Amino acid sequence: MSTLEVTKRQSRVGRRLLYLLAEHAPAVAIALCFLLPLTIGVLTAFMTQHQAGTGSLWPSPWEFGNFRKVFTAMPFGRDLLNTMLYAGLSTVGVVVSSVPVAYALARLRWRGREGVFLVVLAAMMIPAQVTSLPLYVMYAHIGWVGTLKPLIVPTFFGDAFSIFLLRQFFLTIPDEFTEAARVDGAGELRILWRVLIPMAKPAIAAVGLFAFLYAWNDFYNPLLYTGNSDTGQTLAVALSQLAKNGHQNAYELQMAASLMFLLPVLVLFFLAQKVFVEGIALTGVKG
Amino acid sequence: MTTVLAPVGEAPGSAHPRPARGGRRRPSRARWWVVLGFLSPFVIGFGVFVLYPVIATLYYSLTDFQAGSYRPVQFVGLRNYRALFSQSDTFWVAVRNTLWMVVVMVPLRTAWAMLTAWVIIRVKRGRAVYRTLFFLPSMVPVVAAALSFIVLLNPVGPLNRLLGWVGVDGPGWFSDPAWSKPSLVLMALWASGNVMVIFSAAMLDVPRELYEAAELDGAGALQKFRSVTLPAISPVIFFALLTGMIYTFQYFTEAFVASSSANATSSSNDLIGYPANSLLFYSTELYRQGFSYFKTGYASAMAWLLFLVIFAATVVFIRASRRFVHHAGGGR
Repeated sequence: MSTLEVTKRQSRVGRRLLYLLAEHAPAVAIALCFLLPLTIGVLTAFMTQHQAGTGSLWPSPWEFGNFRKVFTAMPFGRDLLNTMLYAGLSTVGVVVSSVPVAYALARLRWRGREGVFLVVLAAMMIPAQVTSLPLYVMYAHIGWVGTLKPLIVPTFFGDAFSIFLLRQFFLTIPDEFTEAARVDGAGELRILWRVLIPMAKPAIAAVGLFAFLYAWNDFYNPLLYTGNSDTGQTLAVALSQLAKNGHQNAYELQMAASLMFLLPVLVLFFLAQKVFVEGIALTGVKG
Repeated sequence: MTTVLAPVGEAPGSAHPRPARGGRRRPSRARWWVVLGFLSPFVIGFGVFVLYPVIATLYYSLTDFQAGSYRPVQFVGLRNYRALFSQSDTFWVAVRNTLWMVVVMVPLRTAWAMLTAWVIIRVKRGRAVYRTLFFLPSMVPVVAAALSFIVLLNPVGPLNRLLGWVGVDGPGWFSDPAWSKPSLVLMALWASGNVMVIFSAAMLDVPRELYEAAELDGAGALQKFRSVTLPAISPVIFFALLTGMIYTFQYFTEAFVASSSANATSSSNDLIGYPANSLLFYSTELYRQGFSYFKTGYASAMAWLLFLVIFAATVVFIRASRRFVHHAGGGR
């Protein structure tokens, strides 16, 4: 084998490597930026009280007790239960109340339909700040402030964003399916239940997912209605008050608690990626 | 529950006789009480949780109402609005800070989402992995994200140590009034993955032929981005800027958590805006006036003003960008 051939092959390998580097280097660099805060947060959750916040990058020794300590530093279990109640019930509320409204807007023919749809769009755009002052007064009047009721009950009365999303999806389902059922003498509720809901599962799953994540992450409403409550805190608010309650420099506890708070979201994200993709793909085919 | 309404679907009262099979069938008109039944959650919900409070806020804003006080409520006309503009200094601090975020954070976040999307679509193998990694931070609950950034940006914390290795003297971040807003901008860039996903989808939709044509004309990567990609994704840029602007006018949680957790020496109500009111935003000021001081009338005036400003800014923005988006979409 001639030396020429070897150098030729070497240069080809070198070129491939350079090419690979050029392809991936920017993406890897950005990925590292995105991962840095998460990595630091996770590592801090395993540091000792003494080490956290000193700028150390690696836990030594590893302190696994922080997660247990969270439960004594704050009523984590109770707040977790409250968060699960809020997120779970409001998911049910949003789905159960928004599906029929979206059905009426997409599948029933009646005068004023477009007008009501515009009202839904308008409702989506109204800032929470504009409605929260009278709502607070109203809830205070009926003794709901300090409980989870102001967070959960409204979700059972239709959510504008979810109605909008479901309507868009219902419109992509061909008329033939519902008309065939109508010819067979099925009522509207039966058509909705037997025909449309099974076909709209991906969209309903997406709406439910959004509702769950919204409630899980929600800060403003729980702060207003349960912020000073002894029994009704949710995790988002409780975490933000850890610092206030004598743990201001307990970064390791804040990170351990944040990690436990974040975990269900991550699990849901990885499980639901498929739901999202399927939902989008289905809309694409049908549209 | 299905059986009760079952026969109604026939809707025989309609003016359209049912056409023969195979013809173009039009759904017959539904009976009004069926429609109302299906709509009822939204009708009640909209009335109680949207329409009533919007009108009530307007009414409160014209009074000296203080929630929780037994003092009789007096109608004061536009006094609350005049007070905003003339008497309050914190109001103008909040307005300035909020506008700063709208002008600096929103374009930067949009540009960063665009850049990261562009980087991603140029990767051939392993694109899905990068997309998941870039997207992941936007799934992190805002409170958890803010706490992580307080740890990361602690003046003697990890990032400043990393900066020290390369000879940079890191700033005080969340505890320095000059750096607190840039710290929040960093956090917004970090959590921009949801916008990035929309950008990368739009970029992948650009027909390949356009790039090939540009290559034939001898265009480089940057030139291709400017004259092919950018026009094609201008509707997404518009969407990202508009929703970003609306969100930032109401910017609350990030600022509230950063202020109350970065320094926790006293009660959280005194910590709104920490450090030195540099993180006092419109919504946090509104919260303080309305729910800490219970100046309900005054806060209602703030709320209505915010409503009007968001509405006006949206209309102006849509008007102004219509030409830009249209021109870019149909350009060359």
